[in-house]
Amino acid sequence: MSDRMLVATRKGLFTLERRRAGWATSLTAFSGIPVTNALRHRHGVIYAAIKHGHFGPKLHRSDDNGRSWHEIAAPTFPADAAGSPSLFQIWTLVGGGHHHPDRLWVGGIPAGLFRSDDRGESWQFVRGLWDVPERTRWFGGGYDDAGIHSISPDPRQADRVLVAISCGGVWESRDGGATWTVLGKGLVAPYVPPEQAEDSAIQDPHRVVRCAANADVMWMQHHAGIYRSADAGAHWTRLSPPGDDFGFAVAAHPHDMRTAWFVPAIKDEIRVPRDGALCVTRTSDGGESWEVMREGLPQRDAYDLIYRHGLDVDETGRRLAMGSTTGSLWTSDDGGESWALLNAHLPPIYAVNFD
Amino acid sequence: MIAAIFWFVWAMAEVHLTSHLRNIVAGGPFAAAGATVGEALADVLNAQPQLRSYVLDDQGGLRKHVCIFADGVRLNHAAALDHRIGPQTKLHVMQALSGG
Repeated sequence: MSDRMLVATRKGLFTLERRRAGWATSLTAFSGIPVTNALRHRHGVIYAAIKHGHFGPKLHRSDDNGRSWHEIAAPTFPADAAGSPSLFQIWTLVGGGHHHPDRLWVGGIPAGLFRSDDRGESWQFVRGLWDVPERTRWFGGGYDDAGIHSISPDPRQADRVLVAISCGGVWESRDGGATWTVLGKGLVAPYVPPEQAEDSAIQDPHRVVRCAANADVMWMQHHAGIYRSADAGAHWTRLSPPGDDFGFAVAAHPHDMRTAWFVPAIKDEIRVPRDGALCVTRTSDGGESWEVMREGLPQRDAYDLIYRHGLDVDETGRRLAMGSTTGSLWTSDDGGESWALLNAHLPPIYAVNFD
Repeated sequence: MIAAIFWFVWAMAEVHLTSHLRNIVAGGPFAAAGATVGEALADVLNAQPQLRSYVLDDQGGLRKHVCIFADGVRLNHAAALDHRIGPQTKLHVMQALSGG
């Protein structure tokens, strides 16, 4: 199981390691500064996306496992990008997969996609996605502008990548980002006039993840419901967990295409656990049935919300980590059936990532 | 010739940075040439390129939460870069209190 994780928070980046005595914080960085996401890449290299409130988004790299950091180029929108956008936030930071081991993808707010093939020293703006005519229908969900929070390179094909946008739907490129097709048949958006509810380009997928072993299987926590796709995002089936099906985070089992985890909250104008009791839901049969797991999680007066990148599963599918808006961090070593609180006093947590 | 050099030195605005930005570039205040705030800032940023993205956004506009004071007067954000300055204007680059 993975014994190390990065926790990106409103007030810095924390590295936690599990040793004989249990999990403990081994390194802190960027104290006091919002770290919107972080990625441990190859050979001890870590990238951290910083959001200086006043001075814009920045990117830092550590080449020594987080002991020292230096600022590298942050992606920017070119001057001739339609609409004269300026990057507000780096929302997600993803490695290029085994076909492109040195590649980095960044998804931003506004919803710009950027690619680096030199460890973040320089960035290419993926103009093909920005220039799709449907972009005029995208809109912000929680932020002023639409944003890219999920990027999933297809492990089977080198030039195939899927991104998900709040609120702009699910898009796929099969030519390395030159051209894009909107996917998402079956998704329904009840927050727009009925005649537009099935418009793929205005859907609000809160988070999309893929089963590593079966790349056709994808899971989505949508603004309005939970979905699964068995054809790499082309068609989606809405699932019916017990209780609330609103939330932000989802984790896909790396080997078992039938298993995924979600963290429900009361829908959308409330966004806290029902009855102040936090739970994680899991399906192990593709969404036919569900388990509601509460052991070790607070069951009264809990107002923890788990953001999009606040839930992760390691490569075994047994160990999970979950971090909340109220600064609580838990792990589970039994696939989510029971949880152990590591810290209840962290800053608000944006992202947890196992190695 | 001497007069011209004297004028050039004399005609530099002085750009002071908020303490947050002094973590990015050491030193200052910086002498800057230019007839407008934008020109004076450009002069500083050309010499201190690592500071650029902290003050200006992707399109070269003043970042939303950065504000400029000229001789102690806060400038209107939208017009700040075009504001004309004199040869001895003191500029302060500050963070706005509106966000961040």
